[in-house]
Amino acid sequence: MTMATVDTPARLPARWQDYVLLMKPRVMSLVVFTALTGLVCAKTPLHPVLAGVAILCIAVGAGASGALNMWYDADIDGQMRRTRGRPVPSGRVQGADALTLGVVLSLFSVMLMGMALNWLAAGLLAFTIVFYAVVYTMWLKRWTAQNIVIGGLAGALPPVIGWAAATGTAPANAWLLCAMIFMWTPPHFWALSLYTSEDYAKAGVPMMPVVKGAASTRTQILVYSLLLIPVCLAPAATGLGGAIYLGVAGLGGLVFLLLAWRLYRSKSGEAPDLSNPDPRPDPRNDDGLYDVRAGARDARNLFAFSILYLSLLFATLLGEHVAGLAPLELFR
Amino acid sequence: MSDPTHEGADFAKARRGRNIAIALGLVVFVILVFVVTIVRLGASVVDRF
Repeated sequence: MTMATVDTPARLPARWQDYVLLMKPRVMSLVVFTALTGLVCAKTPLHPVLAGVAILCIAVGAGASGALNMWYDADIDGQMRRTRGRPVPSGRVQGADALTLGVVLSLFSVMLMGMALNWLAAGLLAFTIVFYAVVYTMWLKRWTAQNIVIGGLAGALPPVIGWAAATGTAPANAWLLCAMIFMWTPPHFWALSLYTSEDYAKAGVPMMPVVKGAASTRTQILVYSLLLIPVCLAPAATGLGGAIYLGVAGLGGLVFLLLAWRLYRSKSGEAPDLSNPDPRPDPRNDDGLYDVRAGARDARNLFAFSILYLSLLFATLLGEHVAGLAPLELFR
Repeated sequence: MSDPTHEGADFAKARRGRNIAIALGLVVFVILVFVVTIVRLGASVVDRF
């Protein structure tokens, strides 16, 4: 008799797709996109094979972080509607298997990055994985309402890693891309947590709405949004973005601020509207991120637009650099 | 009550799929290291001439 049949007889057999889910493919795709932007914006010729390996290492490193996060957070994931279907809390994958996958992929991705590209990029990748898996997941997430503010650094570093992979350096413009994601993270996640705070409270995760209340969270979202827009406009002034980028960042920024203002003026995150019960599940979307009660629509709208805004900014930078459009370079 | 024979077959099938995935991952890693070595070595060899 094998251990697999003894330890949890009721569990389902793990398929290879469950291991893919462990690596959080949606997060991974955003990481790949921002890292690619950093790599391309570096404007340093790089052999296509090495560029591909760099992006692969960053993707695998991000996946490893996701697996380590799912291993450690299985207890709280199992208590939240949005995450209880994940492979570990649902019993499809053993926690030890998730841990092994995370550690092995971390080592492989960092080693390969160091051997194929350079050790600055490998060091930044290793730092990102450790920061996300240890500092954020094991410490900040369960300890402070500032968890996603500080922990956001892990999600903000991929463009710097991409830039470092191409050049072996991490100049100011690379850190500007990092700052954009860093400042974007609080309004993005707090908007989400405004309409999932009951789940977070049940799981004992000290998200901002749980600790400080919905009104304070809406105020902080507005403040971070006001800080975010100038940071996102800055690439047009430092030679990183061109005229198209300036237009997208400016117009998108106005919409972002409008949605943040409407959220600030709303009652999102307050006591649930009992006259409008939980919405019907959308078969295209099984995690409830977009289907919310009427009272939380302003939070949902900002959450959804924040993803579009960041994607558009990085896509525009990527497009301008691939097309060879001259940056504005206002301060040169 | 579930059928233990059928459940064992499901687990065996899942384990086989997982083992194949691990094997493929290792093969891809070896190929990547080989290709990267050739690319980097190739650049150095070209520089010598």
